[in-house]
Amino acid sequence: MTALDSLLAALGSLRANPLRTALTTLGIVIGVAAVIAMVAVGSGAERRMDQVIQSLGSNILIVLNGTSVSGGVRGGAGSVISLTEDDARALEEEVDAIAVAAPSIRGAGQLILGNANWYSTIYGVTPGYLRARDWVVARGRAMTAADERGAAKVALVGTTLVERLFAGGDPIGRSIRIKRVPFTVIGVLGKKGQTPFGSDQDDVVFLPLSTAKKRVLGGARVRGRHVGAITIKAASAAEIAAAERQATELLRLRHRIQPGQPDDFFVRNVAQMLEARAESERTMAFLLAAVAAVSLVVGGIGIMNIMLVSVTERTREIGLRMAVGARGLDILIQFVTESVMLSLLGGLVGVALGIGASMLAAEAAGWPLVFSPWSVGLAIGFSAFVGVFFGYYPALKASRLDPIEALRYE
Amino acid sequence: MSAPLIETRGLGRDYQVGGHLVRALAGLDVRIERGEFVAVMGPSGSGKSTCMHLLGCLDTPTAGSYRFDDSDVSRLRRDALADTRNRKIGFVFQSFNLLARATARHNVELPLMYAALGRAERRAKASAALAAVGLDDRAHHMPTQLSGGQMQRVGIARAIVNDPLLLLADEPTGALDSRTGAGIMALFQDLNVRGITIVVVTHEAGVARFARRVLRFRDGRLVADEPPP
Ligand SMILES: Nc1ncnc2c1ncn2[C@@H]1O[C@H](COP(=O)(O)OP(=O)(O)OP(=O)(O)O)[C@@H](O)[C@H]1O
Ligand SMILES: [Mg+2]
Repeated sequence: MTALDSLLAALGSLRANPLRTALTTLGIVIGVAAVIAMVAVGSGAERRMDQVIQSLGSNILIVLNGTSVSGGVRGGAGSVISLTEDDARALEEEVDAIAVAAPSIRGAGQLILGNANWYSTIYGVTPGYLRARDWVVARGRAMTAADERGAAKVALVGTTLVERLFAGGDPIGRSIRIKRVPFTVIGVLGKKGQTPFGSDQDDVVFLPLSTAKKRVLGGARVRGRHVGAITIKAASAAEIAAAERQATELLRLRHRIQPGQPDDFFVRNVAQMLEARAESERTMAFLLAAVAAVSLVVGGIGIMNIMLVSVTERTREIGLRMAVGARGLDILIQFVTESVMLSLLGGLVGVALGIGASMLAAEAAGWPLVFSPWSVGLAIGFSAFVGVFFGYYPALKASRLDPIEALRYE
Repeated sequence: MSAPLIETRGLGRDYQVGGHLVRALAGLDVRIERGEFVAVMGPSGSGKSTCMHLLGCLDTPTAGSYRFDDSDVSRLRRDALADTRNRKIGFVFQSFNLLARATARHNVELPLMYAALGRAERRAKASAALAAVGLDDRAHHMPTQLSGGQMQRVGIARAIVNDPLLLLADEPTGALDSRTGAGIMALFQDLNVRGITIVVVTHEAGVARFARRVLRFRDGRLVADEPPP
């Protein structure tokens, strides 16, 4: 019998019992869908992690102003302004595990170009900030220490601004007004895209920290040498924990906090936060793997059961096939083909279901849909294996029937 | 003249049933030449079907030897027996044994599938076999759309599609009325004239008359070898 004959024969007998076929494949459908979803969850989470790291910069710690406690009532983050530019310098110079410590302040405001305007996020930053966040200048030049010292009225703009405010034209050398102060655009920031949480990182303008504080964002709260945040880049991934510990110690010392008293700042360890999240996603993937394994086994047993029933029902047919010249191997192949088709059918439906589920999960969890062809291959391979493994015994039983007894079977 | 198609020596088949030995067939010595038309008769349980299974290489004897088409087939293994059945022997059954979900032509093609013939050749041979039994216009009918006589003709077409040396029929007219049965026997006669050796089991003397030789069995033994009544 040719392979095509076997396929056609198997299809024919599966079509003869559509409902039975559908019910039998259910376990495989669920198992394969779980495999697909598992891989999608795993790699989607991973991809988002990469994105976060890429958009925040690698090996990052963020130090924020702390909370005040007055009369037992705790304020929110930043209710006490304690961080200063000198803290940043001390961190960078005194802690070996820290490569860069860049102070910054953040605000928002109207940017005006001729009669166009755009509301955007405004950062006051030092040259170190770009290095800390692995942020490049795509065109033009970066800020320099001289810009910072001289409180130069220069600005770096994000790509969204180039599109919105400059209508796609070349912004370099042009002048924009922020709070009535004219700034000369000296460069365009490289594109970062959206944060994993959906905000546009390219909708920003960077000013020198000194200029921003004096002319644009200065106010009652962030006065003198104070800053909104310090972005720390650890010297390496391995030194993040050390950097966090030593930064905390140094800041407590500089802020003269007595032992036993709470910090007046927060250190956010981005990698750690991501790690916690990745952990829960791994648990999820593990659960899915368990569901997949159980469903595939249960599905396989279902297939085996149905194939045993089918062999019994078709004993006479088997006898006849043998009488006209089928060898044991022909019968074996016929029934294994049938069970493989059965489980592959389940596999295909499962792949479709799994892709659908992954899309929903990606939508809900807000990570990019990572659809990997190899997971489909894996799932199909699994289901084919289940078909062979669980179909083999019934097929072997069929192939070993005695032709005369099979022909006589009622 | 060449060697006989069938030659058995002391051929026997025992069954072990619940500690008892059942001698279904014992000490059969028979020669059947190429081109013969033989009827097998005898009371129920006399060993006719057992004999047909042995002659048709569906079963292996527990005693004696069997030469078929110049080779000893009594000690062949399962696969070799299957190949012999496929290439040299055709079976016709009392209950037709057609595949219910396949068309007449597909049923007829079945032995050719196991002979690994190409599609076109299969089609051509099946059409020819169906034409030989007068059913060329029923090729696409399902078994349920055929009469009993037509179903048996499809069964015969399936048995002859591989151009066998030997056609074995175990009560082929048992499920048919006598007129339809006579038609089937006439068809056998036709095939015999074209050179196929035929052995038919029957209970009816009228059917046996189509043959030129009658073997009578009783209690597992061949008791008479004579011309038809
Ligand atoms: N598989 C078997 N196991 C045990 N005994 C068997 C088996 N097959 C046949 N026999 C016995 O062998 C004897 C011959 O049976 P066989 O089927 O050859 O009879 P038969 O002549 O074809 O009868 P009938 O005309 O009713 O078809 C019977 O006594 C039967 O009980
Ligand atoms: Mg019988």
